[in-house]
Amino acid sequence: MSPNPFDPAARLTGCSCGAHASQAAHDAGHDARLRRAVETTLLRAIFPNDTNRRAFLRAVGTTTATAAIATIFPIAAATEALADAGPPEKKSLKVGFIPINCATPIIMAAPMGFYAKQGLEVEVVKTAGWAVVRDKTLNGEYDAAHMLSPMPIAISLGLGAPAQPYRVAAIENINGQAITMALKHRDRRDPRQWKGMTFGIPFDYSIHNYLLRYYLAEHGIDPDSDVQLRLIAPADMVANLRAGNIDGFLGPEPFNQRAVYDGVGFLHVLSKELWDGHPCCAFAASQKFITDAPNSFAALMRAIIDATAYAHDPAHRSEIAAAIAPANYLNQPQIVIEQVLTGTFADGLGNIRKMPDRIDFDPFPWQSFAVWMLTQMKRWGQLKGDVDYAAVAREVFLATDARKLMQQAGLSAPATDTKSFAVMGRNFDPSAPEQYLSGFAIRRT
Amino acid sequence: MTLSLAARGAILSLLILALFLAAWQIAVSGGGSAPAMDPEYAKLMGQSAVTGHSAMPGPADIARGLWQALRDPFYDHGTNDKGIGIQLAWSVARVAAGWLLAVIVAVPLGFVIGMSPLLGRAFDPFIQLLKPISPLAWMPLALFTIRDSGISAIFVIFICSLWPMLINTAFGVSSVRTEWLNVARTLEVRPIRRALTIILPAAAPTILTGMRISVGIAWLVIVAAEMLVGGTGIGYFVWNEWNNLSITNVIVAILIIGLVGMALDQALARAQAAVTFPQ
Repeated sequence: MSPNPFDPAARLTGCSCGAHASQAAHDAGHDARLRRAVETTLLRAIFPNDTNRRAFLRAVGTTTATAAIATIFPIAAATEALADAGPPEKKSLKVGFIPINCATPIIMAAPMGFYAKQGLEVEVVKTAGWAVVRDKTLNGEYDAAHMLSPMPIAISLGLGAPAQPYRVAAIENINGQAITMALKHRDRRDPRQWKGMTFGIPFDYSIHNYLLRYYLAEHGIDPDSDVQLRLIAPADMVANLRAGNIDGFLGPEPFNQRAVYDGVGFLHVLSKELWDGHPCCAFAASQKFITDAPNSFAALMRAIIDATAYAHDPAHRSEIAAAIAPANYLNQPQIVIEQVLTGTFADGLGNIRKMPDRIDFDPFPWQSFAVWMLTQMKRWGQLKGDVDYAAVAREVFLATDARKLMQQAGLSAPATDTKSFAVMGRNFDPSAPEQYLSGFAIRRT
Repeated sequence: MTLSLAARGAILSLLILALFLAAWQIAVSGGGSAPAMDPEYAKLMGQSAVTGHSAMPGPADIARGLWQALRDPFYDHGTNDKGIGIQLAWSVARVAAGWLLAVIVAVPLGFVIGMSPLLGRAFDPFIQLLKPISPLAWMPLALFTIRDSGISAIFVIFICSLWPMLINTAFGVSSVRTEWLNVARTLEVRPIRRALTIILPAAAPTILTGMRISVGIAWLVIVAAEMLVGGTGIGYFVWNEWNNLSITNVIVAILIIGLVGMALDQALARAQAAVTFPQ
């Protein structure tokens, strides 16, 4: 993508992503990555055992090996085939996002040219709240959108909105949330002392709601009767914390860090410390869009997967922070975004903490994530009656598509759709959700 | 030497403004003391947390922000970052569209209701029920049925502009002096002509009052509606700056919203004066 030379904001020196000296170097860099991806897949196919591959390469030398493989397999042609797999049915797309760090891959793909590389013209539109994102995607104003990962499940099941088949194409970010408390509570770090307090959460169907409830309940606090949970938009969380209307919140970045930056709160616990590798936001689309424009959808997915892989590399985080901080995207001080993305941050209590995986990016939509969310929906009474956990998870979380596209992009994708994990030390087995659910002392079922 | 009342009023206005600005400046410049901070840590923190100063901007910050916004009001840095001039144009266009639609519906309907006591009574319960509903309460319904956020915003403007105009038109029409109507009847004036040459001029000032009230309400509502649906408009601008917790830019936007609202009101006041005549 070349910058428009008549755009006053465009730089003609350098490239569209800012990382390379020129547009040509940028393009070459991408082509090299694509080529490397094809070569990796190929060599993996020829040598399933890595030891054999290394032995072979050592024996004949890299140049000979490349030449030998190139005679039987056209690497260049395969790279090209991957670069343009079927023209997109619809080229100009609208993707909605909420201005928080979870949307990093969706946002950065626009200024850094990941959409353009797939032949798409994507307009990323900032949206005022989760309910509006939901309504605008339901009525077709957006082709795809940034959603909280439980939202497509809720929409598909018809909770809080008319039922419509919705899909999680990719998880955007893992970790990267926190419980932020007002500075006046700095000596009350034990949740058992939190009875009667008020907390902010961004949305009913959010990982934030489930994690906060889980955390409180594990400490013997009933989230429905002992404390008050209030739906508050992220920006309002900081303002309400300053005004003393809430005592704390479990919210998305950058607003936890923003509360620290503004001197009104401290980071009590990072969501990573509750459940390492938990999903947060999702890249979601309606089944209708996926059926009507499969190539556009695949191109979008490739762009998002590509961007997510790029964001996963800690070396790129500062550059990404600079790309997404301006008013057109997150509209936050760059230093705040940088602290979130690099994981070197002030905790609000006078310490600098270093936690490089404070937020991370991994696109694979594990179906066990969906099963866990369903158990929490049932636990807190959002979902009543029997539910076929595995079926809903399989339907909504498109693990197979994501795996295929990830492998095409040369990324290593997990071989299975489910995995077990532990949330606050409690093991979760996705094949026995009811058993997991009945293990909780505080629940509404 | 005594000055005219207008001049004295203006001087007093300026004095009040100066006092207000001075009080504001003093209130925000009270320097707080911040706890000693490690310089490395301080680099990661915001100005107000490091210096202990109030996060509330002073008049000088606002003036700077106003200058920043007005120096280049029509810039376009992408979908989500446009100049304040473009945002205002969107909001004014939405208000104009919704308000004109309301005029088209409310004036003829108000005429019919005002001229017929029977219809007046029949419509009255509905008007009384629908009038006090906050226009924003219609928003979810509009989004759901219209399926387009831009048109939903216009619909909300339409619905909030409708009632004052309808009620004022009906009142203006029904309270035309009976002597004039009787004279017209004596001269055997046809109903259409009676409506256009006698009732309309007589009711015009009341109708214009309704329009003026409507446009004021519409301007109040558009900001809230745009904060909800986002995308473009001055309401979106306020929301976007609020999201950045930039109080300075929020205050700048508030000032500009006030100025535009005043201009709209004055325009209709002029129109009202033009159709009013001494009896």
